[in-house]
Amino acid sequence: MKSSRTDFLLLAAGLLALWQLVHWAVGPDVLASPWATIARAAGLMRTSAFWDHAGATAVAFAVAAFISIVGGIALGLWLGLRRFAGDVADPILGTLYSIPKITLYPIILLIFGLGVSAKIAFGVIHGVFPIAIFTMNAVRNVAPVYHRTARVMRLTLLGAALTIMAPAALPEILAGIRVGVALTLLGVLIGELFAATAGLGFALRRAMDIHAVTDIMAIALLLFVFAAGANALLRIVERRARHGG
Amino acid sequence: MRCRSHDIKVGVVRAALILASCAALELLCRLGIINRVTMIPPSEMVAALWNILWAGLYNADILFTLVNVVAAALLAVIGGFLIGAALHALPRVRRPLVPLLSAYYAIPTFVFYPLLIVVFGVGRTALIVMGAMFGVVAMIVNTTLGLGHVPPVVAKTGAILRLDGLRQLALLRLPSAAPHLVTGVKLAVAYSVIGIVAGEFILATEGIGKRIAYAYDNFDNRTMYGMLLLLLIGVMAVNGALSSWEKRLHRRFGQR
Repeated sequence: MKSSRTDFLLLAAGLLALWQLVHWAVGPDVLASPWATIARAAGLMRTSAFWDHAGATAVAFAVAAFISIVGGIALGLWLGLRRFAGDVADPILGTLYSIPKITLYPIILLIFGLGVSAKIAFGVIHGVFPIAIFTMNAVRNVAPVYHRTARVMRLTLLGAALTIMAPAALPEILAGIRVGVALTLLGVLIGELFAATAGLGFALRRAMDIHAVTDIMAIALLLFVFAAGANALLRIVERRARHGG
Repeated sequence: MRCRSHDIKVGVVRAALILASCAALELLCRLGIINRVTMIPPSEMVAALWNILWAGLYNADILFTLVNVVAAALLAVIGGFLIGAALHALPRVRRPLVPLLSAYYAIPTFVFYPLLIVVFGVGRTALIVMGAMFGVVAMIVNTTLGLGHVPPVVAKTGAILRLDGLRQLALLRLPSAAPHLVTGVKLAVAYSVIGIVAGEFILATEGIGKRIAYAYDNFDNRTMYGMLLLLLIGVMAVNGALSSWEKRLHRRFGQR
């Protein structure tokens, strides 16, 4: 455990050194130095405007993540338990997952207008498919003896889903949630970049328009730290679920 | 368990489902429940795409984006493989780095696109670098996954056969890691497309993304939906081909 922490610190130091070297190579108009970026990030966190934007993003992200998780799991459980429906839907879901959703932004804007619902819709179309796919595969890979148990106990579809399939498939489903939630954040931020008047994506867009390099990097750094932290947390939950729950 | 008649039935139902969705969309648009400013009927999208291709209006843009995607995907796949292989050889770097890499796709990397423009100017190079930057991480992650999942028996076989390092890699490890590598290629291509199209949306002088954004700004729905359809068909065709290759490999190597 201790050596892994040392490795992490060494890696972080290495990445910072690399960042500084690239900064020296290309100049401050292209890449702000790590120190300037961290200082700006700390400065931003002391302004109320930053927290207004962060709050707007957080609300949209929370709603989008909730819809993605509930919708994705419901869809995945149903398709996983109904073999035929699952076989029909499998490649369709795969295609929906892989199409570059950013190309759909004009359609989403035309349907939802500029505002919070467009951001949420953008987050959901990014997050819901990976969660559905992971859940479906998780349920399909549950040992056949569990399916037979459900039949022997004459459980309804809902009963089997809740009491047998969900716990057995939990680690895989959590992995799906980890992937899906990260993509939901990406979706919300893309929505804000193209169609919002508030939120961190909007702040990024404004910084891009006036070429405020340090601002872009500071906001990106804060978002990255948040995403990496959430990811690490979900990994721990996942590992717990895998090794006896 | 899987028999031919089941596969055929699944295929028929799937085709019927897709056709029915298109028909429903067509009906909603024709009846005016979805208004024309929001979406034109699917049949008109196809007609618009046909006209665009027939008249050759945007051939230069289509070629521009296509060349960029191919270049970016090649860079991402080759670069990602080399970096991934290097990381595999350095477990102390890999272990703390992989969780960071999986958070990479929660950030819209294309916010750095303006910085690339400062270095490379508006044009092809900045877009290709953008696409490669977005795609490379998927390839890195899947390369480390693939090489990490090579069963120990494969390495032992190499030792028994007294193969040298290079041959072990070419004859044993790479084929064994192939399913993951193909997944990496598939994702790297998809992400390269996203990076490039996003860049073209934000700032470009030509390209499919530029045309879509321009048509959107001018309420030119026929061009917009026609070009969107073209892009989606292209992406789905490439993705479908890579997916079926991936599936074949997975079956052959006895994995899911």
